[in-house]
Amino acid sequence: MVGFAGWEMPVQYRGVIEEHLAVRRRAGLFDVSHMGEIEVRGPDGLEVCQKITANDLARLKIFQAQYTLLLNEEGGIVDDVVVYRLGEDHLLFCVNAANTEKDFQWIKENLTGRVEAQDTSASYVQLALQGPLAAKILQRLTPVRLEDMRPFHFAWDEVSAIRCLIARTGYTGEDGFELYCAPDRGAGLWNGVLEAGAESGLEPAGLGARDTLRLERALPLYGNELSDATTPLEAGLEWVVKFSKGPFLGREVLLRQRQEGVKRKLVGLEMVEPGIARSHYPILKQGRPIGEVTSGTKSPTLGRPIALGYVLADEAVIGNAVEVEIRGRRVGARVVSLPFYQRQEMSRA
Amino acid sequence: MEFPEGLKYSREHEWVLVEDRIATVGITAYAQQELGDIVYVELPEVGEKLAKDDPFGAVESVKAVSDIYAPVSGAVVEVNHTLPDNPETINEDPYGDGWIIKVEMSDMEDLRGLMDAEEYAEYVEHQGEKGGETGEGEEGEE
Repeated sequence: MVGFAGWEMPVQYRGVIEEHLAVRRRAGLFDVSHMGEIEVRGPDGLEVCQKITANDLARLKIFQAQYTLLLNEEGGIVDDVVVYRLGEDHLLFCVNAANTEKDFQWIKENLTGRVEAQDTSASYVQLALQGPLAAKILQRLTPVRLEDMRPFHFAWDEVSAIRCLIARTGYTGEDGFELYCAPDRGAGLWNGVLEAGAESGLEPAGLGARDTLRLERALPLYGNELSDATTPLEAGLEWVVKFSKGPFLGREVLLRQRQEGVKRKLVGLEMVEPGIARSHYPILKQGRPIGEVTSGTKSPTLGRPIALGYVLADEAVIGNAVEVEIRGRRVGARVVSLPFYQRQEMSRA
Repeated sequence: MEFPEGLKYSREHEWVLVEDRIATVGITAYAQQELGDIVYVELPEVGEKLAKDDPFGAVESVKAVSDIYAPVSGAVVEVNHTLPDNPETINEDPYGDGWIIKVEMSDMEDLRGLMDAEEYAEYVEHQGEKGGETGEGEEGEE
């Protein structure tokens, strides 16, 4: 267990690699109750939130979820979040644990009109059931027809006779679900899902595997790839920013940045010489500093070292031969396309 | 957890086995367990001179990097060449096939600062009480 944003979190159960591969091949169950929840209610809530987020909330129907960014006036990323539309005038933001207080203050500062925000983090336990067998396992426990639930959709129903928000979302690059329930039912839900998944090879998985899984899929981690001083254009998240939706915080800065080009860009790196790039290691081109690694590991799925990092925009070219300085040693690497891993989409009947 | 008698142990969780002036060095069962799956090992060159308490290499798990410190001073006379291709050997057999380097000691007095198995077991127990405070490798804020 490690301390993490005030939570005692399991880094691993049986080992990061074993848990990682279980999620890729079968399924893994994560306790991600550390994630924060902020709810916004009121007739003006959607309009207010539209102004402080990058994606287009007008496209979000009830029972749908959306990946979006909370932005500041400079176009920097306050947080990356998933927002669920619980009702006509009711939004639930699932936010990064360490950012909960900051996000809550930011949302409150920007509230105008008939709307109120509440930090409801203590009201939810969140479990993530992820992997190719996730739907099969979960279907044993719930009356919801999971084959009809598309990605980024959700339902309220029972799992193991416990009332849950059941969302087809996740942070691993696999198919899967995130389940929200009342804290006093959390242990029951955890045990119920683990039991139902035992015959399918479901394993409990910790923060360690969560990090390597998201990194293979090149999903950014706030604090590593994202910060208040990073813009979505730099981070490769331009697809999230819907300029056409109307005014929002940071829009002018981002429009200018889109026109003039960004100074630095997030890229994927693979090592061509032995060594593992890690967060904060310098990236060089012929000895000249051009950037810094933000995340790195040896990919359990691919069996080779992978990393994300920011480099000068001119150097963000697929195939570019660069070096990573690993404890004083310059080690050859090259820029590769992202993601490092993408699951094979299964055809749906 | 096993801490064999006859080995000497450092505060940085290396073990030392001395035969004549040659010290075989590895990391302890406690260290490999704390690190988890080891996926990469960085070794020094044969002939390199090591000063006691200085880092001479690194072991890496998927999650974190950990320096390995020289528990004694001397010259590297042999490195375990099987480790780069099979770093998991350190997890599987930390006191045997998972040895890391052999050092020709320049000062036998260096051994006096190291712990015996019983002292080390007590030391590790105390580490356990603090366990979790360091949160190694946790960068992200999720």
